[in-house]
Amino acid sequence: MTLATFFFYLFSIAMIASAVTVISARNPVHSVLFLILTFFNAAGLFLLTGAEFLAMILVVVYVGAVAVLFLFVVMMLDVDFAELKQGFLQYLPIGALVGLIVLVELVAVVGVWTVAPQSALATPTPGHLSNTAALGMVLYTQYVYLFEAAGFVLLVAMIGAIVLTLHHRPNVRRQNIAAQNARTRASAIENKKVPSRAGV
Amino acid sequence: MDLLISLLLIVVKSLALLVIGLVLVAYYILLDRKVWAAVQLRRGPNVVGPWGVLQSFADMFKFLFKEPIIPDGANKGVFLIAPFLTATLALAAWAVIPVNDGWAVANLNVGILYIFAISSLGVYGVIMGGWASNSKYPFLAALRSAAQMVSYEVSIGFVIITVLLCAGSLNLSDIVRAQDTRWGFLGWYWLPLFPMFVIFFISALAETNRPPFDLVEAESELVAGFMVEYSASQYLLFMLGEYVAIVTMCSLMTLLFFGGWLPPLKFAPFTLVPGVIWFVLKVTWFFFLFAMVKAFVPRYRYDQLMRLGWKVFLPLSLAAVVVVAGVLEFLGKVAQ
Amino acid sequence: MQLVSSAKALLLKEFVDAFFLSFRYLLKPKATLNYPHEKNPQSPRYRGEHALRRYPNGEERCIACKLCEAICPAQAITIEAAPRGNDGTRRTTRYDIDMTKCIYCGFCQEACPVDAIVEGPNSEFAVETREELFFDKQRLLDNGAIWEREIARNLAADAPYR
Repeated sequence: MTLATFFFYLFSIAMIASAVTVISARNPVHSVLFLILTFFNAAGLFLLTGAEFLAMILVVVYVGAVAVLFLFVVMMLDVDFAELKQGFLQYLPIGALVGLIVLVELVAVVGVWTVAPQSALATPTPGHLSNTAALGMVLYTQYVYLFEAAGFVLLVAMIGAIVLTLHHRPNVRRQNIAAQNARTRASAIENKKVPSRAGV
Repeated sequence: MDLLISLLLIVVKSLALLVIGLVLVAYYILLDRKVWAAVQLRRGPNVVGPWGVLQSFADMFKFLFKEPIIPDGANKGVFLIAPFLTATLALAAWAVIPVNDGWAVANLNVGILYIFAISSLGVYGVIMGGWASNSKYPFLAALRSAAQMVSYEVSIGFVIITVLLCAGSLNLSDIVRAQDTRWGFLGWYWLPLFPMFVIFFISALAETNRPPFDLVEAESELVAGFMVEYSASQYLLFMLGEYVAIVTMCSLMTLLFFGGWLPPLKFAPFTLVPGVIWFVLKVTWFFFLFAMVKAFVPRYRYDQLMRLGWKVFLPLSLAAVVVVAGVLEFLGKVAQ
Repeated sequence: MQLVSSAKALLLKEFVDAFFLSFRYLLKPKATLNYPHEKNPQSPRYRGEHALRRYPNGEERCIACKLCEAICPAQAITIEAAPRGNDGTRRTTRYDIDMTKCIYCGFCQEACPVDAIVEGPNSEFAVETREELFFDKQRLLDNGAIWEREIARNLAADAPYR
């Protein structure tokens, strides 16, 4: 048990420290790298509570895909942080107010509201089932509509992104690989009898 | 006291796996070079030791004793962390690979997800190294690799899901046990899931930046890709990480499609051979295929690579998930 | 027809064929020469490292006519001449070849009327510093002493064609 406690404090302290560094680092790329470290520590905390599936998915989705895109964008942009920090003090009161409101809301949500009041509090390891199977059991029965709704929202967002960025410009020559592969000697070569001094 | 002993046992097991694994990787690198050379009618390394068997170790000492050079404008911390990250992550994936029945350092319930997660992190070594070098070619290579590896992870994920649907478990040992039928090698998943097996093999090539998808280090365009500015032991770590990741992919193919440690036929001479030997033989076979592909397939163009990933493999594997799930439901063989 | 080609594309026929082709190559005997231990046969006309020859009685062949110096397209040869002390014959006091300039065209040995300067069969004279490639007369005469047998054999083999 002491080992688990030790790791809990290790992950927690590392997570908080790296989260603070995310907002205090001068180099935006360093910020993103520390964000990734934060995700990692969060995954470690999930593992400690026995939610192994969530831990892995957090790493796969957030660290493996989302943060890569973050890093991608941040590396490409030449962000001048000194300029961004110019109006820092000016906006501090408003920012602090918004942060406070969000914090209060979060506390209210976590403390009072439950998604499905009739169900018992879920435990990460229900004994006879593995964590992953238990998650699937709940997700595809009790919460199936919410789950489908979330999927639908993501689908709409995906289609929206495609519609916004897809431009079909005319007069652009594109490669049609299937057509290229389907070419045969018969369809590609034509024998012509060229008359003398007349050209093709 | 018990805790200490179990901790010590884990350390010993990990060290044993690490040492044996790294020696194996050293010989896989030699095999890679030998196969590539042989197809081109060359001899390959043959000077250090008989038939060049000590070549990899000679290379290792060369890299270790060279002077590491850090470019002037490089972001020093990130530049030095990147190769360590690549090598560590590649080695970390081995923790859950069962080389025989019950011979895994950590028998995780979500073993396959763990490997998937770790291999998806491999992109960070490349992207960090490329960015921190503060140089044009490495940066271009880093951008290429980020897009490439993220793209092919998607199809790899769906292929893994088809296997999971058949096996009904995320535990790698259980996946292998699910392939243990009386038909021997005909019962392994490569036969019923043959198209998925091919897609997985090709995606694994792309995921590990092997030819024909080695656009990350396409030497005719990007010199050496993200490794341009690296030298000495940092370069060694990148090399090591790359090959360890390849061996991990080979063993993943062995576990998912080729029955892991199971013998190919279920009678006397085959069943007497220890499972770990079968496992290594199968991994070696897949590594040989990787090396052969490097020898005979020309490099893809970048847009062709993206097209293959998103327009061919993704729909195919997505359809396969639906088909496999449907067939299993129809036959009433859905694993509980 | 369309069906056959699509089936071929779908089943990756080209890749499978390529695999077996390269497997056949894998098993073929290797074309590589194991260089320092095995060497290719060499033509008698091979133009390698320079050497100054002597007659069998030990007298040096070079008469300081400076034809080689004149014809050298890279101007790599420097010769100074004077009558020799004991018998007053015309000999070189200095015969330098800058091997970093030399292009191994073989004009010097073509020009030489007494077969004194020749390009021997040796091509393995890599050195560590630039200075070592400035050959002087002594070095060239030593080369001649070392390679005389091979040089004489090569000249004899090539003689019918000159």
